[in-house]
Amino acid sequence: MSQALLSVDNLSVDFSTYGQTHHVLKNVSLDVPARSQIALVGESGSGKTVTMKAIMGLLRQPPATIAGGRIFYDGRDLLTLPDKERLKLRGTAMSMVFQDPMSSLNPVFTIADQMTTILKYADRRLDRQRNGRDRLARVHEVLTQVRMRDPERVARSYPIMLSGGMRQRVLIAMALLSEPKLLIADEPGTALDVTTQAQILKLLKDLVEARGLALLMITHNLGVVRETSSYVYVMNKGQVVEHRPTAELFAAPREDYTKALIAAVPRLTGGTRFGTAEVAP
Amino acid sequence: MSAPMLEIVGLTKTFPVRDGLGRSAGAVRAVDNVTFSIPRGQVYGLAGESGSGKSTIARMIMGLTPPTAGDILLDGENITGRTGTRAYGRKVQMVFQNPGSSLNPRRTVAQSIAVPLDAHGHPRRERAGRIAELLDMVQLPADFAERYPHELSGGQKQRVAIARALAVAPKLLVLDEPTSALDVSVQARVIDLLVDLGRQLDLTFLFISHDLSLMRNFAQQVGVLYLGQIVETGPTAEVFTDPQHDYTRLLLASVPVISAEEEAMRPKIPLIDGEIPTAEKLLALRQAAKP
Repeated sequence: MSQALLSVDNLSVDFSTYGQTHHVLKNVSLDVPARSQIALVGESGSGKTVTMKAIMGLLRQPPATIAGGRIFYDGRDLLTLPDKERLKLRGTAMSMVFQDPMSSLNPVFTIADQMTTILKYADRRLDRQRNGRDRLARVHEVLTQVRMRDPERVARSYPIMLSGGMRQRVLIAMALLSEPKLLIADEPGTALDVTTQAQILKLLKDLVEARGLALLMITHNLGVVRETSSYVYVMNKGQVVEHRPTAELFAAPREDYTKALIAAVPRLTGGTRFGTAEVAP
Repeated sequence: MSAPMLEIVGLTKTFPVRDGLGRSAGAVRAVDNVTFSIPRGQVYGLAGESGSGKSTIARMIMGLTPPTAGDILLDGENITGRTGTRAYGRKVQMVFQNPGSSLNPRRTVAQSIAVPLDAHGHPRRERAGRIAELLDMVQLPADFAERYPHELSGGQKQRVAIARALAVAPKLLVLDEPTSALDVSVQARVIDLLVDLGRQLDLTFLFISHDLSLMRNFAQQVGVLYLGQIVETGPTAEVFTDPQHDYTRLLLASVPVISAEEEAMRPKIPLIDGEIPTAEKLLALRQAAKP
């Protein structure tokens, strides 16, 4: 059980607002084994983002309180870990690829500035010795890994000078800076065009496979789940309602909620019937 | 044989490009000689990515941007240059992508729906009745009339936007990505509603979207836009099962799907690097398509 790289065990999170308590997560459990590709799928308000934030330690407390449960990374309980120890993991051993490439990048600094700063603080937390030139070299290296044709030019650019797809690749490069073991991706590519999204998903998958990373893909898109994961957790109203190998889930969903969700997806092959009224004879 | 509800002939829009000092530096063809028509009661899908010109086409049809060249015919009548007039607005209405920003947060649902009614001189004393009727049409409870947008979910807001568009009983609805901001189960209910309304009210739809799976199931005809041109058009089922243009193939190959059957119909072509539609990307595509 605790063999998984990341293991969320019966996590419950409450939010208190205006004197009312909302049970936002109810006994959520999930496992991300090393080198696995796991998806967490749910609609707006299902709790997938809160789960992600709890894992990364990004939940603002208050209003949130962890009402119960544990989160293990590599056998250590993140919720009881001293802040200093936890900081050493965040953004280094486990890192995030954020959704919106424009709001995640600072418009007034170059890509190189932003990436070397991240690296500088990661180095400091982990007591790594590295000078500015080596850091910049590492930035060029990861930009090459995300298939930038001209990494040096990209590094010198401001975010506005890059296209949406390139900015998303910069975010992936940022996540890779400190050679993490676990990547948590929050709807990468949803802000992009479909052809660009397909490139980004393929890039992410290739990187994860080539570098032996574990991937937790958080998404609302069932197509993305099928393309990027081998095991899937379905969330609804703060609970995991079904979890199974991805192929099985699509072949034979068990829960009514999952069935309804899959039925709502229009098919490229056609045959999805819209309209509630009977077709006139 | 009656005339098509909407006919677009050789529609073109060029925007001037200026350099840093405001001097003219040529022009960009956002929409380039686009021709298509929508038969009465049908759904025509315009598929394209950012920069393909699909929103500019919608703006020209709505009279928000004057075309550089070409004609727009509504119900057999050439109305180029008269789009955006009141008489025209009574026949053509639009539903926007994000109901969060297309509804005024300071107006109640009833006040929002009343705007087109007042603009088109609908009798005041029949207003409340018409609003109730419209809310019923989009399957919202009558007491929603007094609510503000922030009290509504995304799907409910989009229903209000549809009710507002239908207020003046138009013939043609332009739908600009009407469900892209919604969850998939909510999307299905909104499309259900549009299909039902289309049948009841004999509406014709221009459906603009990048969601090809949705388009396959909603639109009878489809046009694929690339660099301002329609590169392929025809019945949706035909275009999707036997795409002729490289860009259509790339679009179809990029759609994330949820079944093996869908995967089997996706063209097997390498995904090309490159960004918003550019001639270079097209060139790269052609080269990749060669054996």
